Amino acid sequence: MTEQEQRNLDPAQVETDVRIGVGAPAAESHDVKQNSLWSDAWGQLKRNPLFWIGSFLGVFFIVMAIVPQLFARGADPRSCSLSNSAQAPSGEHWMGFDQQGCDYLANVVYGARNSLAIGLFSVIGVLVIGILIGAVAGYYGGAMDSLLARITDIFFAIPLILGAIILLKVGPSTGLPILSDRGVGAVAIALALFGWMTAMRLVRSQVIAVKSQDYVAAARAMGASNLRILTRHILPNAVAPVLVYSTITVGVLIAAEATLTYLGVGLQRPAISWGLQISTGQSLLRTAPHLVLFPSIILSLTVMAFIMMGDALRDALDPRQRS
Amino acid sequence: MSTSSGSISSSPAPAAFERGSGPVLEVDDLHVEFRTRSAVVNAVNGISYSVDQGETLAILGESGSGKSVSAQAIMGILDSPPAVITGGGIHFQGRDMLTMNAEDQRQIRGPGIAMIFQDALSALNPVYSVGFQIGEMFRAHRGTSKKEAKQHAVELMDRVRIPAAARRVNDYPHQFSGGMRQRVMIAMALALDPRILIADEPTTALDVTVQAQVMDLLKDLQRDTGMGLILITHDLGVVNEVADRVAVMYAGKIVETGTVDDVFTKPSHPYTLGLMNSIPQVEAKGGRLNPIVGQPPNLAAIPSGCPFHPRCPRRRTGAEALPGRDCVADKPPLRLVVPGREAACHYSEEVLGV
Repeated sequence: MTEQEQRNLDPAQVETDVRIGVGAPAAESHDVKQNSLWSDAWGQLKRNPLFWIGSFLGVFFIVMAIVPQLFARGADPRSCSLSNSAQAPSGEHWMGFDQQGCDYLANVVYGARNSLAIGLFSVIGVLVIGILIGAVAGYYGGAMDSLLARITDIFFAIPLILGAIILLKVGPSTGLPILSDRGVGAVAIALALFGWMTAMRLVRSQVIAVKSQDYVAAARAMGASNLRILTRHILPNAVAPVLVYSTITVGVLIAAEATLTYLGVGLQRPAISWGLQISTGQSLLRTAPHLVLFPSIILSLTVMAFIMMGDALRDALDPRQRS
Repeated sequence: MSTSSGSISSSPAPAAFERGSGPVLEVDDLHVEFRTRSAVVNAVNGISYSVDQGETLAILGESGSGKSVSAQAIMGILDSPPAVITGGGIHFQGRDMLTMNAEDQRQIRGPGIAMIFQDALSALNPVYSVGFQIGEMFRAHRGTSKKEAKQHAVELMDRVRIPAAARRVNDYPHQFSGGMRQRVMIAMALALDPRILIADEPTTALDVTVQAQVMDLLKDLQRDTGMGLILITHDLGVVNEVADRVAVMYAGKIVETGTVDDVFTKPSHPYTLGLMNSIPQVEAKGGRLNPIVGQPPNLAAIPSGCPFHPRCPRRRTGAEALPGRDCVADKPPLRLVVPGREAACHYSEEVLGV
């Protein structure tokens, strides 16, 4: 699933889908206050039901991650009684009990924090690496660009999950601070380290497109330094597609975390996560299917929420898709 | 409207350049070529000119004659690769910009030499308000605070006669009309009180009435500040109105220079003569225009001898030519024809009729 998502996000497609015309609002007016790109985009977003569904679900799960107590219906995920082992859902316990006899609703709810934290931190990592390398490659071009593009290609050759598995496997033996204990930090680093390439290509192509704009030449002619040109003039104009990409990527990375955990290299007990729940639940799939079903549904909804928001944002930022 | 000019020029200016005597900018035998995969395009082939303070030099030429490239070389905004400056010098107040390091060059751009572009909409950053962009000049070069920079921006917008400047300072470039946008560009360029302003076809994208307003504005501002103005254009009318001297370019070379009055009334190069003859005349209404026949030269394969010879009605080759002055074989140097006039033609005296 993750790989398919990745494939769906091949850079050329994202790029053409979301590239925005920098000179788009070219119509002239003397009196009427015209809308900027962002207020136009907001006007478009407001009318898009996909955006509202996505952001409602997104906010719902984010609140769940911050204050899980509110959603657990008073149950403690750690207070378990083996007498309840693998009980089916009931009116009292909406999602039943897991094999250890812990309230499953509470467990699923408490799993949101780890999943979202990993999604958020790894996407920040992806953005930092991608924007930094992409901007330098695109702006300086030439030999620097070739070098960085080849490095990116090398990383592209390693599948996200495979790379993360290797890193997380060898992590504990390295003795490095975050990598050595297999927690949220290590998983986020692993996902960011092997997932930044599309962001880099996106930023690079945007920077190359914006670099040739007259206002960049004008800024240089007015004596602006390279750093100022890059940070003040190029990046703000190159950021929109990257923003869309990163919103979609949050969902993809959350799914990737679940995959890693399911494969046994992500988070480990006693951490609570959806991937772990699906992983342990699968052995009881025939007798207690709800143990796989509920975390899977919640995981899918979360991933969907971010992808829907990203899609809506892409549509809103692309003037050509407006009616 | 020029009331605010005092406060701008009197503001502390550590990076400002003194008004010395002598030419402010001298371009000396500048060569620029574009090295593409298929060919080397010789865009500028040894041009020299100088601009004094308060003077307006018009560089006149058709598309592809190298007039913009020479300006871009001065401003350091040539795309290189493929463009390479292969020779010559650009002296700003006596210092060669081509040999100084990038940081020193950057210090000159803005406070020393500024430039305005043909299409102001694409030359302004769409994501920032115009006030922010004008103010950026002060913040970047003088470290002025944000608030003060915005104040300066309003003063400058006033000075370039943008109505209701204080209200419009937070508007974005696309919210301005074409003429107003060009004024914003001019305000930006003038922010640091430059000694030289290069205007690269500043009015080409504007309609005729707005063109006149913008040129008037530039003229007034030049009178106030005493800056030198390099006007790059193919508009003969604009040159005639505002320029003191004119340099006519053809195939990357200057083919004729002199005062505007002299050059326009009595051209001494067949190309300039052709340009003047091609202007529609009111008296000749209904008649045919007199174009220069043929195509502009391919800069990757500039004709031998005089680059204009394939289109020149007065060319002399073989037996017709005087010794050493064969239009196809011998390159005509830019030489003094009459005092104050230089032309690159073997037979300028004949063209001039002296």
